[in-house]
Amino acid sequence: MFETAANLVTTTTPRTANGHTSVYLPTVAQVVDVQTETVFEKVYTVRLPGGENLGHRPGQFVMVSIPGVGEAPISVMSSPSRTHDTFRLCIRNAGDLTGVIHNSVLPGDAIGIRGPFGRGFPLEVFKGKDVLIAPGGLGMAPARSLIDEILDNRDEYGRLIVLYGAKNPSEILFREELRAWRQRDDIELFVTVDRPDESWVGHIGVITRLFPRVQINPFKTVAITIGPPVMYRFVVMELLGKGLTPDQIWMSFERRMKCGVGKCGHCQVNHRYSCQDGPAWTYAEALAFEEAL
Amino acid sequence: MSLYILPKERLPGFVENLRTQFRVVGPVRSGTGYAFDTIGSAEEMELDYPTTILPPKKYLLPQREVLFSFHTDSDEQGARQIEVKPVFDAVEPTVIFGVHTCDMHGIMLYDKVFAEGYKDEHYVARREQTYIIGIECLRPCDDASFCKDMGTLTAPPVYDLHMTAVDGMYLVDTGTEKGERLLLSNVEVHLATTEDIRRLSQTLSAKWPHFRHRLKMTKDQIPSLMTINYGSNIWDTLGEQCLACGSCTNVCPTCFCFDVQDEVALNMTDGERARIWDSCQLHEFALVAGGHNFRESKASRVRHRIMRKGKYIQQVHNINGCTGCGRCQRACLVNITIPGTLNALYDEMQIDLNPAGGA
Repeated sequence: MFETAANLVTTTTPRTANGHTSVYLPTVAQVVDVQTETVFEKVYTVRLPGGENLGHRPGQFVMVSIPGVGEAPISVMSSPSRTHDTFRLCIRNAGDLTGVIHNSVLPGDAIGIRGPFGRGFPLEVFKGKDVLIAPGGLGMAPARSLIDEILDNRDEYGRLIVLYGAKNPSEILFREELRAWRQRDDIELFVTVDRPDESWVGHIGVITRLFPRVQINPFKTVAITIGPPVMYRFVVMELLGKGLTPDQIWMSFERRMKCGVGKCGHCQVNHRYSCQDGPAWTYAEALAFEEAL
Repeated sequence: MSLYILPKERLPGFVENLRTQFRVVGPVRSGTGYAFDTIGSAEEMELDYPTTILPPKKYLLPQREVLFSFHTDSDEQGARQIEVKPVFDAVEPTVIFGVHTCDMHGIMLYDKVFAEGYKDEHYVARREQTYIIGIECLRPCDDASFCKDMGTLTAPPVYDLHMTAVDGMYLVDTGTEKGERLLLSNVEVHLATTEDIRRLSQTLSAKWPHFRHRLKMTKDQIPSLMTINYGSNIWDTLGEQCLACGSCTNVCPTCFCFDVQDEVALNMTDGERARIWDSCQLHEFALVAGGHNFRESKASRVRHRIMRKGKYIQQVHNINGCTGCGRCQRACLVNITIPGTLNALYDEMQIDLNPAGGA
């Protein structure tokens, strides 16, 4: 059932030297737009040479680099349905590379891209089902690729339920989209924050507090949760409590990655490489690896 | 392809001819031990060496290897420009003499790791330019090795030529056509006679009793042993002893994990992206931005290394993850050993399976 990343279409266009091509050579792409999302996150719109389509699926990632600084895996935020000659990345200022990106990358700047890599979410499995998506924190960025994909092909899916948890109101991503989603009757959105401020009138508490608010049909629902490792145990417990089986629950297991192509060893979860047959795994699959949760 | 006879006195001439076309590498004395190094003549080599500090992996996956060079600049508007250029120039045609059978098993794994899935052409480029000349092990290296347990005491099909010392000659088996061409075009040899082959067989069968078993289980039982003992307390004990220095992974012929680092020239615009040997025993190995470390404790890191050797590599590549070469034992400052660990896990399991036995 596993489609290895090697079989997936990749837009990496390695160039040749001495008759050899390198999987480590990034494609030089251009940042065409930068939007500040929160104090920690910015959204970068990236254009590959010739406006080539990235050709990714929701849940896949690209290796982003600035030569001289380094390279890091970043989930693709845009859905395939909204990816034509550009794609978008929501980048948190969290490490060495992302710090430099935040402080120096402006529209017009070149940036290195390799990928897309990983298995991503199987839309073919989700089609026809009710889809419950539970992102926490920055997990909302890869979740966007899935939510937008479903919204743009709305007839092909059942209910769309989004339970979103953020630390505090200022860290909530995509406020405009959340507002627009609230106006629609084909997406059920619940947002909670751990630490409210005076202005906050919504739900308060960790993401699991939202689960009692929705009722699902466990026979025809798939759930996807993307967030920090600490969140998964608690979210999975809620989902199991609603009668979902482990193979109806999908999660994204993000790890340190240096190569993206299953060689460097950093992203290993037991014997599996997150960059190759992850980062999206079902809870049933994850149960087989002690290091997953 | 056949078995040939190379009289020992013709080895220097063979090496001399090879040196005009290749970098020739072999086991030489280094400090108190031995190391693979470039040789100027056959006399510098000691083909009956016990073991080397590092396996010959350093010629296929160098400790530091440039992946590409880059140049960054700004255009008139001040926007960052990037140029990247793949680098494969450093690949030098190489002949490696005297590779032990255990290290050939390590190379067999490397071939799978780097040539399958996404093809790593940096490795492939080196591999294609490398001739492996094995040497049959007739005596154990020392007490640290356990190749007999791991089934690596026979040569796997990765060699171009494989030599067995029999009296005053080497019986040379040709593993590849390019190996046979290398032999025939660089030294005068003749086909082995029936009598030569009889003496070869005698030599090979006489070697087995010299090697001892160190494991209490068979190699095929190791993956199950690892599965059963994932939660063993032994990992905590080893974690307390381990210094997390990474010596074990540096010297391991089946360790291939690497870090990727950018190095910038003083002009701040030119530079190289290189890969550098990394170690899962180091604290930062599974640390992600934001501060979460997926293997925070030394116990979890020691366990990961030994799980890789005993099970994970087998699961992914269907090849043993440990060659029994004994290098990690020799390199370890606190005497953590793979046979010691596996045997302790095995003993623990015997106790668990027989609760009355402990009374």
